[in-house]
Amino acid sequence: MGPEEFDRNVELALADAQLRRNFAFAMGSFIARRQAVFSDAAQTERLRGQGQALKRRVLSRLPELLEELEANCTRNGIQVHWAETPAVANRLVLDIIERHAATRVVKGKSMVSEEMHLNAFLEKHGVEVVETDLGEFIIQLNGETPSHIIVPAIHKNKQQIARIFHEKVPGAPYTEEVEELNAIARATLRRKFAEAGVGISGVNFAVAETGTLCLVENEGNGRMCTTLPPVHIAVMGLEKVVEKLADLPPLLRLLTGSATGQFITTYVNLISSPRRAGEKDGPTEVHLVILDNGRSRIYADPELRQTLQCVRCGTCLNHCPVYTRIGGHAYGFVPGADRQDPQPPGFRTGPGRRPHHGLEPLRRLRGGLPRQDPHHRAAAAPAQRGGVTGGRERRARPRQPPQPNGAAGLGRVAVSQHPPAGQPPAELAAGPHRQRAAPGGAPGALDPLPKGAPFRPHPAAPPGEGDRNQR
Amino acid sequence: MTETARDRILARLRSAPREEAPRPPEPAIGTAPELSGRIDQLTTRLEAMRAVVRRTTAALWLEALIALLRERGWSTLLYAPETPLGAAIENAWAQDGDGLPALVAYAEPIESFKERLFTVEAAITSTAGAVADTGALILRPDGREPRLMSLVPPVHVAVLQAQSIFATLEDAMRAGGWAADMPTNMVLVSGPSKTADIELTLAFGVHGPKELIVLIVE
Amino acid sequence: MRRPRGRQRTAFPRKDQNPLKPNPVYFFGTCLIESFFPRAGEAAIRLIEREGVPVRFPAGQSCCGQPAYNSGYPDDARAVARQQLRAFPDDEAPIVVPSGSCAGMMKHHYPGLFAGEPDQALAERFAGRVVEWSEFMAARLGVELEDRGAPLKVTWHSSCHAMREMNVIAHSKGLIRQLSRVELVELARERECCGFGGTFAVKHPAISGALVTDKVDDIRATGAERVIAGDCGCLLNITGAIAHRGLPIRGQHLAEFIWERTHGS
Ligand code: SF4
Repeated sequence: MGPEEFDRNVELALADAQLRRNFAFAMGSFIARRQAVFSDAAQTERLRGQGQALKRRVLSRLPELLEELEANCTRNGIQVHWAETPAVANRLVLDIIERHAATRVVKGKSMVSEEMHLNAFLEKHGVEVVETDLGEFIIQLNGETPSHIIVPAIHKNKQQIARIFHEKVPGAPYTEEVEELNAIARATLRRKFAEAGVGISGVNFAVAETGTLCLVENEGNGRMCTTLPPVHIAVMGLEKVVEKLADLPPLLRLLTGSATGQFITTYVNLISSPRRAGEKDGPTEVHLVILDNGRSRIYADPELRQTLQCVRCGTCLNHCPVYTRIGGHAYGFVPGADRQDPQPPGFRTGPGRRPHHGLEPLRRLRGGLPRQDPHHRAAAAPAQRGGVTGGRERRARPRQPPQPNGAAGLGRVAVSQHPPAGQPPAELAAGPHRQRAAPGGAPGALDPLPKGAPFRPHPAAPPGEGDRNQR
Repeated sequence: MTETARDRILARLRSAPREEAPRPPEPAIGTAPELSGRIDQLTTRLEAMRAVVRRTTAALWLEALIALLRERGWSTLLYAPETPLGAAIENAWAQDGDGLPALVAYAEPIESFKERLFTVEAAITSTAGAVADTGALILRPDGREPRLMSLVPPVHVAVLQAQSIFATLEDAMRAGGWAADMPTNMVLVSGPSKTADIELTLAFGVHGPKELIVLIVE
Repeated sequence: MRRPRGRQRTAFPRKDQNPLKPNPVYFFGTCLIESFFPRAGEAAIRLIEREGVPVRFPAGQSCCGQPAYNSGYPDDARAVARQQLRAFPDDEAPIVVPSGSCAGMMKHHYPGLFAGEPDQALAERFAGRVVEWSEFMAARLGVELEDRGAPLKVTWHSSCHAMREMNVIAHSKGLIRQLSRVELVELARERECCGFGGTFAVKHPAISGALVTDKVDDIRATGAERVIAGDCGCLLNITGAIAHRGLPIRGQHLAEFIWERTHGS
């Protein structure tokens, strides 16, 4: 999406008072809830430290842990597949579905499947895909993408949802009662669960030690998708692996506490194998698709690597002042599930589509967001665009003026002022500071502030008159 | 052998610069509250998540269950006949099933049981313990007590032995030796199914049970 | 050629001075104070001097380099930053900065910006000396303020960098709270950005405008007559929006506010 399109989207989003109210309310609630569960600052710091250490340990042994995960899943009877790209991952999923001659698939919320554009792909191949998370179900009915990774339909209010249900669900009456809307979804989706040939889910943590897939959810649709259909396909980004089962408790607390302000979600699923002999339910086949899609490239970059610690809790979205004004759709990709660059949700939602500096403390939450260093900025600046590693190379200074979306305005001032090494920038050298340099003093000589020289005193200024207001 | 996606991905990861692993964090060692404290904490947390908790004793739990069933008047109750819990229920119903829901046994594979499963009104299961600090039941379904029992019917009654309430999930994992013996599926359940996907308004039973009733047997 | 090595370091600490107080300190003026709020800079310096600490203002200083840095031009930012490394004598005296944003850039980003560069060690020493003005006043000098103004209700805006990067808000508010006749009413959404964001305000004026509108609403809801801040970027943005709406609320840099309240003491 070009900058003009983004600006247009922004304009539309800002003009949509309903949308702005929906987001402001929802994000405010999330922030408050999260604060409520993490009220003990010392304990929270400890937990964050713990979570970060665990995730960093994972990254320090990522290839080995993935192999261990594969070995233990395989031993448990889970079939493991690897995909370098979304196209390959989609193909793998379709092959499994076709092998079982299934035509209907039920899906739990999975951001990696959003990243893959899996639904569109399967539908193109004649497979009916039913999103079963209530929020996902709503936006699927309306042909939209999620606007938030935790609450995908948060941009809609109940009147809008009432209309969607009434128009798109056969036989659904128009109702604005949330209870009744839920009942409509329950009735519709129960039938789909019972009839589906394949269930697809994401993975929150995959435990290498035991070959266990951990999924958190509140609705029970995840349990349905992973228990009722005869085949379960789980898709995950390769960063989801964790070392040990014992790592789960702190990570779960961080994830659910941050994502929804809960001590624990209603359900925490631990899936370690397909149905075993003598068991009466559960899928007879479980598949795990491990997707790379640029993650190994991110991993290879020491500056960006920490973004693979992200657990997709969505907190950075809730705190991002830009996101909370314009919502998730204006960006043209799903923040946190971007096919082009699978980065944390808040990674490109801020000013200039970088993490907003307000998110610095969240970095320490689990280190999902990188420091704001020149590296990432350089990667984002069009005149120096060189991929994620571009910023590390010593590149020629941009000669042409920066493009409008990258480094206009104040940024350009500094760029155009760039002097030959060792010399002050021309404009700055002629700026007010220089005029005030001590007589004969080379720049850098001490100027022990003669009273009244560098800053004009205003002894008679009326009290409380800010400089700006005088203008 | 041709190079696979797996090999290429792993090769890329292996060729990336290595970082030293930070030490694993110290496991949290808090002093676990006494049993009564754990029961209280669990009760508070579960109730906060709109579960119904009833405390009873080994001698009285069946009476408590029967009282609950009479009170609520469900017409059918799904149970697992091969478990001790199931045996006790069968026994009690044989003595006096008057005014009690008809028992439905989950005794065959889902493939032939699906239709029936979706029509029962309530189900009763045992539990493998609970976690007090976050407030969650530990379910460990198996061949005798299948997974869908606690998921499909609109009401889930769970019977929990008080001694199996652990202070934390860490404790439960350690004491139960989970890492060495993971079953097909385990699930932590902290309340009835819920969603807040419409205007963040909490609503219950969107997919799983609308009600979770926990009988704590002391 | 121009490599001020700053070897004319004064005895530090001087014996006739309170050994806890540095002598001298250097002052980094910042572009925005220079261009829009000169009296804030002047007040900041006078308040330090009032505590018996000589202030030196190296003439070669200009901009901390943040605009280029934030726009993704590290090479250009480094060149501007290098000017600052050269402008300040390489001694141990604190470099006091009346802005959380510029201080954050110099303290937290210079070391990374010069990593692997010939000036790395110099940048690290420099960064270690940078201190935000309110922190310097409250924590290093332990100033005690005597309020001479009339009763006044104010609110405080925390800039993102002062709050998150420099972590100095407690010091800034602490100074205000020392003023006995000033009532400080906090913002409901104090932790939220005002929408300035440096180049962001220029690149995305619509979003920036939405943010500052909300910020002004929040300020207005406190009933304060004045909004005080420690960063002139925010102040410029906020007071602009206030003026645009014709509201009777004044914006002021913390240093200027304190000078005004305690003048002559
Ligand atoms: S970057 Fe951090 S805050 Fe954002 S989703 Fe990831 S873990 Fe959560």
